Amino acid sequence: MNELLHQTLSGLATGGIYASVALALVMIYQATHDINFAQGEMAMFSTFVAWMLLQLGWSYWAAFAATVVLSFVVAAAIEWAVIRPMHNAPELSVVVVFIGLLVIFHSLAGWLFGYTIKQFPSPFAADAWYGSELMSAHEVGAIFVALIMVALLFSFFRLTPLGLAMRAAAQNATSSRLVGISVGRMLMLGWGLAGAIGAVAGMMVAPVVYLDPNMMTGVLLYAFAGALIGGIDNPVGAVLGGFIVGVLENLLGTFVVGTELKLSVALVLIVGVLIVRPSGLLGKKIVTRV
Amino acid sequence: MTSRATDSISRAMWLSMAALLVLAVGLTFVAKGYQLFQATMVVAYAIALLGLNMLTGYNGQISLGHGAFFAMGAYTTGILMEHADMAYWATVPMAGVVCLCIGYLFGRPALKLEGLYLALATFALGVAMPQLLKYKHLEAWTGGVQGIVLMKPDAPWGLPLNQDQWVYLFSLAVAVVMFWIAYNLLQSGTGRAMRAIRDHAMAAEAMGVDTRHYKSMSFGVSAAFTGVGGALSAIAVQFVSPDSFTLFLSISLLVGIVVGGVGTLWGALYGAVFIMFVPNLAEKVSKAAPWAVYGVVLILLMFAMPGGVVGLMRKIQSTWAARSSR
Repeated sequence: MNELLHQTLSGLATGGIYASVALALVMIYQATHDINFAQGEMAMFSTFVAWMLLQLGWSYWAAFAATVVLSFVVAAAIEWAVIRPMHNAPELSVVVVFIGLLVIFHSLAGWLFGYTIKQFPSPFAADAWYGSELMSAHEVGAIFVALIMVALLFSFFRLTPLGLAMRAAAQNATSSRLVGISVGRMLMLGWGLAGAIGAVAGMMVAPVVYLDPNMMTGVLLYAFAGALIGGIDNPVGAVLGGFIVGVLENLLGTFVVGTELKLSVALVLIVGVLIVRPSGLLGKKIVTRV
Repeated sequence: MTSRATDSISRAMWLSMAALLVLAVGLTFVAKGYQLFQATMVVAYAIALLGLNMLTGYNGQISLGHGAFFAMGAYTTGILMEHADMAYWATVPMAGVVCLCIGYLFGRPALKLEGLYLALATFALGVAMPQLLKYKHLEAWTGGVQGIVLMKPDAPWGLPLNQDQWVYLFSLAVAVVMFWIAYNLLQSGTGRAMRAIRDHAMAAEAMGVDTRHYKSMSFGVSAAFTGVGGALSAIAVQFVSPDSFTLFLSISLLVGIVVGGVGTLWGALYGAVFIMFVPNLAEKVSKAAPWAVYGVVLILLMFAMPGGVVGLMRKIQSTWAARSSR
């Protein structure tokens, strides 16, 4: 029983990370109806940047802040330079461009930082008061960070004029332009935010899975599964889905299929959700008129 | 276009095909050891790319996980040769049949998935494949992490060919058959139905095309082609292991069809040459460089040359034709 509880709780901790990446995916999906296959690799690259800054002797939170800002800028620049010209391109071209980005970030990270597995520090001291036998301090901290991020985003979208403008641009680009919203700038902002969220998720997951260029492939897949379970057009659903996937992955991995087949769990989840309930738990069913 | 022009174009095509075949066979006696191996791999990749192109280029379903079918084909050959003592040549059609069935079964639920979602599901398949192959309850068959070592076949009937030459010629023969099948399939009503679904699924359905059947069938056929390519590669490499079939193989295949030309038969050949030789050249710069080159090439192609090599050649041909007719 204790084991079950332990696995569930640590599943919640990884679930928090999946939830953050899922949130980043949903943000881009909402704005552009694209699925960013490069999201994981971008987050991995950000984490490497943070690692480099730490090696240079920066303090953790300074490196953290600098990485988040840099990731925001880089992601926004990518939207502007690569994604925007693809605006009216067929689906295949868009997918191919995303795959191109994935490959570029992956190999750049390998090239600049090497393929050896690196340790990444956790900002939460191992003997902090919120750590316990059931959950390490880092796990508690990761969940906490994920929840803060969700709360911040939620209030940003609900309470600020800029958030309203972004939602408007995502929902109806033409009408938004007519009332004076620069849709292009909103998309750039959305990409930037997604990049920043990804960076935070990367820095939270790195102490657990260690840092190397392949770090995020699995995380990205689970995040996809989470986003789909919750509904790819619903941020709250994505967070919920991320937590569900984290717990499921841990429980199935420990008690049913063993750790070697964890990625296949994600595959089954993705295909299963897409077949049984393509709109996800909280997603809207999309009806198209022909 | 007049029928005369079509005739002369198709005659030119047949002539160039014959010339290519003569060149390809001639290569057997010119190239040595490692070069022959590379040529065999080009042939294997070309068949695999042909399969992916039928699905993505002609039927409009995006797959990011065809490396998984390549792996299944290779493993079918490996397992049948190792555990069933089957002759290498008999394993190739078996690989095709196995992948046809699995591809059809995967394609059936994938019917519900369109565009990006299908890409996502196949992406997951591509990522999960190495793990499945390493799974310990399958280890008795797949050899786990170690993989399976295969024997290279000798030339039959006392032909004066060494093993490399024979494997190359064998692959070439298989490739000719596969291209012939693909050509006929795409020219037939089935091919038209596939393209109609790509161009406008709903209109195709209204015209009486059974979309469900053709879409899952395309998936199966495409997987079968890729599986045959994988089987040939297994015979050429003499070794199958889970880590040769990572997500990056699937990405290579995608790169191949994009470089060669989406929705063209010949594109498969150019794409195969590209994915065989460009990484080797780039690897001299750095270990990570081939992938960077892939990424940059992918994005640049999408901007500058969405038709790939075949598209570029057609463009040159048409401007040339326009100039000469003036």
